[in-house]
Amino acid sequence: MPLHYFESMNNPVIRKYVSVDNRSVKVNGTGLLLNEQGADFGEFMKQIYHSCSISYLKFFKMDPQSKLGFVAAKILLQDDDRDRFEPEEKAIVLANSASSLNTDEKYFESINDIPSPAVFVYTLPNIVAGEICIHHNLKGENTFFIQEESDIQFMVSYLNILFNTTSTRKVIAGWVEVDLADNYRAFLMDVEKENGGESQGNFTVDFIHQIFKL
Amino acid sequence: MSVYLESENIITSLGFSVEENMKAMGEGISGIQMCSNTTLSDQAFPVSLVDKNRLNAALSGFSLPDDSTFGKLVFLSAKEALKGSSVDPSDPRTVFILSTTKGNIELMRGKGNNAGNNRLLLWHSADQIRRYYGNPNKVIVVSNACISGLLAMIVGQRLIKNGDYDHAVIVGADVVSKFIVSGFQSFLSLSANPCKPFDRDRDGLTLGEGAGTVVLSNRRPNGRKTVTELVSGASANDANHISGPSRTGEGLYIALKQALKGIDEDPGFISAHGTATPFNDDMESIALTRAGLAHIPANSVKGFIGHTLGAAGIIESLIGAWCLSENMMLKNMGLQHQGLVNSLNTPIENLQQPFRTFVKTASGFGGCNAAALFRKHE
Repeated sequence: MPLHYFESMNNPVIRKYVSVDNRSVKVNGTGLLLNEQGADFGEFMKQIYHSCSISYLKFFKMDPQSKLGFVAAKILLQDDDRDRFEPEEKAIVLANSASSLNTDEKYFESINDIPSPAVFVYTLPNIVAGEICIHHNLKGENTFFIQEESDIQFMVSYLNILFNTTSTRKVIAGWVEVDLADNYRAFLMDVEKENGGESQGNFTVDFIHQIFKL
Repeated sequence: MSVYLESENIITSLGFSVEENMKAMGEGISGIQMCSNTTLSDQAFPVSLVDKNRLNAALSGFSLPDDSTFGKLVFLSAKEALKGSSVDPSDPRTVFILSTTKGNIELMRGKGNNAGNNRLLLWHSADQIRRYYGNPNKVIVVSNACISGLLAMIVGQRLIKNGDYDHAVIVGADVVSKFIVSGFQSFLSLSANPCKPFDRDRDGLTLGEGAGTVVLSNRRPNGRKTVTELVSGASANDANHISGPSRTGEGLYIALKQALKGIDEDPGFISAHGTATPFNDDMESIALTRAGLAHIPANSVKGFIGHTLGAAGIIESLIGAWCLSENMMLKNMGLQHQGLVNSLNTPIENLQQPFRTFVKTASGFGGCNAAALFRKHE
């Protein structure tokens, strides 16, 4: 094995990153799809779904936050080799500020009518992580943090702990949020423990500050 | 470096301290009662509720950062735990962690009336308790369904072990509100009578209200006959279904395997999740069997205090730690005839025998699972 392989151990890298907001979908900072017509959330999600040739009927049952996270993760992991790591070596660590309040409000409106289990199940922020885990067979560490604003320093520190002290070798990490005012934004990174192969940059606070422009 | 349980508090229907809760549970008393409060549900239902008069009395004279039931539970539980602690909550080496599923959800109003209400934001609730104690660090909030409490403890343990902090004040709380009751009713998940974990006639879970606080520290606590270490923990996902437990116990099996990696002794007992829904308890029996732990005495304390949601992992870990120190294990309250896919060792009387370690597990919506190992030091 070449020497540089060992030198690069424990130097996590960002393989790819994806952002989705009401203006565009970007992959590694480059526009993939623009929301030129100013489509509303539901329309834009459908456009993304079709333009990325996604075929997954469960998508249409998801709440907005799960739809948002699902399309971002789908684009992020489109060309990923699923078999490179064991399912339990692949983790997901997400955060947002509004928890699941957007869907909470919808569920609240239904309580005095007929409460819907299909809506209630989405009144937890980590359900989007569950949807992503199901579709991509991620069985590793799972954590959803609620933060006033994205805490990149903490995210880098916590992922490094996972890489250094658990079986984790790959983490889908970032921010997924649809807030009470229907503002939405997702930023997901595919972070791997070992260098080697394609990478956008090192998994450092400085680099994420450069790319995490929502 | 080891991480110890330095100080603690539990507030449930059975009492406002660990000792008071344990005395009741040790005597076989359950805090679950039928409730016909129509602000919670149109039909009467069994539930474990905190005594609000007592809660208010305990807090009279304090100027509360948040006077909601949730705010009161968080405040009182943290205050009681810190009263018995040598950890300085304002120390820059101390971090506050909040675990909850729904926080102040009972303050939610109709559409369009919530956007400006900061009290609905979980980080805001956490930030208020941090500010009250003058802690300078960013607060951490873990909201990961029913594993939140145990996961918050695992996160705290990891941050301390990594040297990020020396101490963590971890508070978990959830309030029984109409929002939550109606949701579980819509899922047909609530039991008609007090829940019966692992029983062949179990018919669903019973909700519980409560708060738990644990102060974790890298400093071994003084003046106790035994101390408890949080040795290791892990989380994992079923990658199977967002609301249905895995038929193979996949995530729980992985979490157990990871949490117990490198541990060559059997745990003394298992404080299981045991919600008493038919599918959950079967799932646990499958996962524990796969992990080779089916013969280890296992209990669920939910027959005593119900399912305390985001607080459950903390409350139930603290119950387990108390039992370790007393060399006892609580019986499975509500269990008469075990009925599981794979049989487990689920005592129906309290056990009195030497215990050195126990495992706490939790599972939740979104397919999430967690497990942690605790060890006693004399």
